[in-house]
Amino acid sequence: MRAAGDLVARVQMARGMRIAEAKAYVAEKLSVSVSELTDPVIMTEVRQDLQIGQIMPLPGCAKGIEAKFRLSEVLELDINCVNRFKDRTAI
Amino acid sequence: MGTILTRYGDGTPVEMSADDIRRDLEEGTADAADRGNIPALDKAELDHLLDIFSSPHRFVGVEPGREVVLTYDGSPIKMLRAQVNVDRLQCLQIYEKLLGADTLEMGHMDYSFKPIKPIVTYEQPLLEQVLSVTTAPVFYGAMPNLGLYSQPDGPFPNPSELIPRGEIEAALESYEAAVEDAVNDIVYVSSAMYESGADAIILDTVGAAGDADFLAGLKATEILREKYPGICIELGMAGEFVLGMHGEMEWEGARLAGMYPHEQVKLAEKAGVTVFGPVCNTNTSESTPWNMARAITFMKACCEAATIPVHVNMGMGVGGMTVNDHPPLDVASRASKAMVEICRLDGL
Repeated sequence: MRAAGDLVARVQMARGMRIAEAKAYVAEKLSVSVSELTDPVIMTEVRQDLQIGQIMPLPGCAKGIEAKFRLSEVLELDINCVNRFKDRTAI
Repeated sequence: MGTILTRYGDGTPVEMSADDIRRDLEEGTADAADRGNIPALDKAELDHLLDIFSSPHRFVGVEPGREVVLTYDGSPIKMLRAQVNVDRLQCLQIYEKLLGADTLEMGHMDYSFKPIKPIVTYEQPLLEQVLSVTTAPVFYGAMPNLGLYSQPDGPFPNPSELIPRGEIEAALESYEAAVEDAVNDIVYVSSAMYESGADAIILDTVGAAGDADFLAGLKATEILREKYPGICIELGMAGEFVLGMHGEMEWEGARLAGMYPHEQVKLAEKAGVTVFGPVCNTNTSESTPWNMARAITFMKACCEAATIPVHVNMGMGVGGMTVNDHPPLDVASRASKAMVEICRLDGL
């Protein structure tokens, strides 16, 4: 969550990608370089801009499952609890 | 060069010469190569390990760009063990927000599928609340733990009592019956937690009770994969070698007893596992260089055989780490760096 480890993990989990491929996928979706994925300063800005969750969200920032809705769109991944939320709330 | 400070497998500090470390590295990799019938580490890899051990720094890290994903083993249980009095929801928030965890794992105090089954309806609402306030992927984990299916803890006669009495057939039948019950429990609990929104299911410490335990994990995975095609299943092992407690258990024509990580991962892939967690146990009487070279030899062969992500188990007593509740950072960081840089793995 300080950088992009949770995002790379999601891609491994959802797409079964090995580490290099998963990093490249996330970097492309976030429009950053692979080396920037592990930089907490750059990634905090990126995460704030995209509203995909951060360690210390400012008031009004997406957090928790709100951020996962954004993540699902940005990474083009199905997220189980997001789909379940949509079903439960008739979104 | 003077002596180098390292440790035995139990964590006891020891000073060794570079020549002694080199000798232990060579013996450790030779042991794994001999047991697993896999290639030993080559000279360049052993040189790299010696460089890592020779670093004068307390803490070392991987080269930039080599960072990997971290998963965690029963996070809330660790909080309880340390007597930090927070509920599991707060525990996972602490892991995500204060420890910067890449992934979260919710597990029950009694970390086995069998005891969770009757209380799973109490686990589901908590998971649903956790998922609403966290962003990192949330795994739900437990162990097949076939030991809980034999008397006096379970319904079936205890093979450990039957075998010494020469009742071999009865012991084999007991293991076979236990597998079926365990598969039902794993599928029941995993289905409930997945339908409550879990990002992944972890079958942890698979094979702890031998080949029957491993078979239960594979069969349950196969059923879950067919039932939920999009499910993420992480299967983590108990040791580097599948014990032949039954001895004749097979899955898809492959005998399970005696399998090492590079063979286990192929069955895991076939069953539908998404992420594989291989293990190599630590020998407390040998040095960390010996243990690390041995573990890396097994894990390298596994990573090369795998087509799915591999998250090597690194923690107390596994992956070259010391058997101690407080893993020394000098060993933890060296083992992690060496494992990532030599094995080309996907996570720890």
